[in-house]
Amino acid sequence: MQVKIRYFAALRETAGRSDDTLELPAGATVANAREQMAATHPALARLLPVCAVAVNRAYVAADATLTEGDELVFIPPLGGG
Amino acid sequence: MTDSTQAAESGQANQAATRIIRITREPLDDTTVRALVRQMTQSSDGGIVTFEGVVRDAARGKRVQALEYDAYPEMAEQEMARIADEVALRWGATHIAMLHRIGRMTVGECSVVVVVACPHRAEAFDACRYAIDTLKATVPIWKKEIAEDGEEWVEG
Repeated sequence: MQVKIRYFAALRETAGRSDDTLELPAGATVANAREQMAATHPALARLLPVCAVAVNRAYVAADATLTEGDELVFIPPLGGG
Repeated sequence: MTDSTQAAESGQANQAATRIIRITREPLDDTTVRALVRQMTQSSDGGIVTFEGVVRDAARGKRVQALEYDAYPEMAEQEMARIADEVALRWGATHIAMLHRIGRMTVGECSVVVVVACPHRAEAFDACRYAIDTLKATVPIWKKEIAEDGEEWVEG
């Protein structure tokens, strides 16, 4: 299955792009996606462990299961205000 | 507006509260903020509290020249709307505005505005404080400090 990745802030600058598509086995979790991204983009590996995660614009835990077409966003430490 | 006034006076959840929620690239200048406050004023509101977050010239001992804000705009607006709902429910706010600017801002420019109108001032102060504190803790917005010696995405 495929999920859509969007990058913001430090992740966007490090990845050098705003979005991406991730190919994952059916039943993959957020944690699986994080591992695969760290392996594919070593530059992101340092940032991903400190990120929260949103799927389809809602915060989720690392064990949340992904489904085809989900929008997955890793959320680095916040700085709004 | 009758319904929202009654809900606020009775201390009940105020589902009819007016909300203005926006991630914007436009400046949040004095004219914008004044227009926002005027727009939110109605005769049943006795207290309107405005918080403006402004870019300051120093952080962690560094001279900051500018800040660059980024946001996940769809989720940020959704999370801000959630905060506005909570403020309406808990404090009986009749009007809530939460606007956050993104892009590059120099020292003295306003990055965020929160306006809360309530029948009485105590609720308006508490609700506005809660809204900006919760925005900082939960809304997906980021800032990069641009200083003389480099740039860095920072927390907080």
